[in-house]
Amino acid sequence: MIRLSRTRVGLVLGLLAFLLLLIVFFAVATGPSNLSLGDVLDVLVGRSEDRTARDILFRIRLPRVYLGLLVGAALAVAGTVFQALLRNPLADPYVLGVSGGAALAGIAVLALGSLVGLSTKAVPMAAFAGGLLATALLYHVSGGPGRSSPTSLLLTGVVFNAFASAGIVFLASVAGFFEGSRVFLWLIGHLSAVEVDAAGMVAASVGFGLGVALVLSKSLNLIALGDETATQLGVPVARHRRWLLLATSLMVGAAVAVSGLVGFVGLIVPHALRLVIGSDHRLLVPASALAGAGFLVLSDTLARSMLDGRELPVGAVTALVGGPLFIFLLRRAQVHGGVA
Amino acid sequence: MNEAAGRRAKHEAGGTPIPSGERLRFEDVSVELGGRRILEGVDFEIRPGEVVGLLGRNGAGKTTLLRLASGILHPCVGRVLLGDEAVGTMSRRRLARRVALVPQDLHVAFPFRVGELVLMGRAPHQPLLGLESEHDVELALEALDRFGIAHLAERGIETLSGGERQLVLFARALVQGPAILLLDEPTAFLDLKHRVEVLREVRAFARSGRSALVVSHDLSLAARSCDRIVLLGGGGVAGIGAPAEVLTRENLRDAFGIGVQSFPGPDGGLVVVPDRLEEPSAAE
Repeated sequence: MIRLSRTRVGLVLGLLAFLLLLIVFFAVATGPSNLSLGDVLDVLVGRSEDRTARDILFRIRLPRVYLGLLVGAALAVAGTVFQALLRNPLADPYVLGVSGGAALAGIAVLALGSLVGLSTKAVPMAAFAGGLLATALLYHVSGGPGRSSPTSLLLTGVVFNAFASAGIVFLASVAGFFEGSRVFLWLIGHLSAVEVDAAGMVAASVGFGLGVALVLSKSLNLIALGDETATQLGVPVARHRRWLLLATSLMVGAAVAVSGLVGFVGLIVPHALRLVIGSDHRLLVPASALAGAGFLVLSDTLARSMLDGRELPVGAVTALVGGPLFIFLLRRAQVHGGVA
Repeated sequence: MNEAAGRRAKHEAGGTPIPSGERLRFEDVSVELGGRRILEGVDFEIRPGEVVGLLGRNGAGKTTLLRLASGILHPCVGRVLLGDEAVGTMSRRRLARRVALVPQDLHVAFPFRVGELVLMGRAPHQPLLGLESEHDVELALEALDRFGIAHLAERGIETLSGGERQLVLFARALVQGPAILLLDEPTAFLDLKHRVEVLREVRAFARSGRSALVVSHDLSLAARSCDRIVLLGGGGVAGIGAPAEVLTRENLRDAFGIGVQSFPGPDGGLVVVPDRLEEPSAAE
C-alpha cells in the first residue's frame, strides 16, 4: 500500500511508546543504591513507606529521566526538521553548531549575567536566542538550502562549534567561573537533576516545538523535495520555514540550557528510524520524539551505571555512538556523489 | 484510445471536479533576473483545450515563463493571468489546484517511495494535517497505472532511472488535478516510445478542455503534438502560430543560429532537422 495508513502510524508509535516505557522503567530501577524494580513500583503506586527510596526516586532518578526524555525528544525532532529543511541527512543541531550557539549564549548569561542583573533563570531564554542566532547565521553563510553543498554546510558547523567552544572557555576564564567541572560538563553534555527547576520551561518549549513540527510535518515532506516543488504544490515555504526554524531553535535552546552540548542525537535517531519506517515526516516527526527520548534516557542510564561508582557524561556516550555513524554516513554520501 | 478516454471520463465524473478550462495569459510580461533582462514584452495566451509548445535556444527564457505561470517567479512588468486573476495575487494552495508543473528532474535527499511522491500531488487538496483519503489513493494508483509505473510504487525514488523519474513527476502533476499543465522538457530522458506515450497523455489532457504548455527541444515532436508553437528568441516572442507557420527555415535560423531543414514528412507531419553536419576539413 502506498499510503501512510492509520494502522501503520498507530503500530509504529505504539511500539515506540512501549519501548520507551520499558526504557523508563529500566532507567528508574538503575542506580548505585540497590532498589529493585519491585521496590520502585511499590514507591510509585504509594505502597512503600521507605523514605529513602522515595527520595531517591522522586528527587534523583525521576527528575533525571524526565529531563532525559525532554532533551532527547527535542534534539531528535530538531535533527529531523533540520535535515528536511536543509535537504541534508547529515544535518544535526550539534553538528551544525546550533547547539554551540545556544551553549555560548547560555554560558554568557551564567557567567556574566549577574553583572547586568540577569538571574540564572534567564539561561534558557539566552540559549534559545543563541540557537536562533546560530541558525540564522548558518542559513546566511551557507547560502540557503539546496544551494550549499553538504560539505560547506558541515564546515560552517565545524567553525561555529570551534568558535562557540572557544567562547565558552574564554567566558568561563574571564568570569572566574571555573566552578570545578561545570563548564566541562556543558561542553560534553550532561544531564543532572540539579537543573530540574527549569523543567517547566523546557517542557513548554519542547511541547511547542514538537507541536509546530507535527502540524507542519506534511509541509516538511514537500520542502524536503525542494523549495520550488513545495511552492508549486501549494506550500507557503518561507512562512512555514520560519515557523519551523523558530520551533527547532526553541527546542534546541531549551535542551542545551539543561544539558549542555549533547551531540549526535539528532543524527542517530532520524537516520535509524528512516531505515525502518521510511521518510514520511508525518510519521517520522512523532517517532523521532519517542525514539529520541528513549535513546537519550537509555544512553544516560548506561552513562551513569557503566563505570562502578563514577558517572560518564551522557554526551560522551552519544558521541561515542554518533561519531562513527557520522563518518559512515559522510563516506557513503561521498561514494554516491553527494547527499543533497 | 477511445476506451482509455472513456475510462478517464468515467473516473473524472466521480472524482475531483476538473477545473473547467482556464485561460493562461502572459500580458506584456518582462522579467529581470540578477539585474539582467531575460524577457521583454511577452504577450500571448493559452486557451482551454490547447497544447502549446514553447521552443527556443538555451537561455531564451522558456523555463522562466513556466516559473512565471506557476507563481515561483514574478514579472517586473506586466501580469500573468489565470482566468481573470493575477497569478501573483493567488494563494499558493489555490494556484496549486489549478496549475501543475512537471519539472525536468527531481533530486531527492531522502529515499521517498514512488507511491508517496505521487500522493504528494494531492497536497493542495488536503488539509494541513492528516492522512490521505481513499479518493487520493485511488487517483494516485490510477495515475501510476496510466504511465505503466504501478510496479514501481514501493520502490525508492533514488533507485529509478531518469526516464522513470520523469514519469513519476508527470503522474504527480496529473494527480494534482490542474486546469493548466506546465511541462519542462517532459521527454528529455525518455525513449521514443515513452515520448510518444507522454505526449499522447498531454493531448488527452488538453482534449478534456484543459491546456498544456510544453517546453521542448525536440522540434519535430513538438510540431506533431502541439496545436500552436511559441518560439522564443531575442528576449521575446519571435514567432507564434501553427507549427508549420512558425517552424520555418528563416525563423529557426534566427532563433537557433544554425541552418535547419523543415519540411512535411510522408504523412504530412512537419520534420525539423539541422542541415547536414559539415565535417571539419583536414586541410585546416
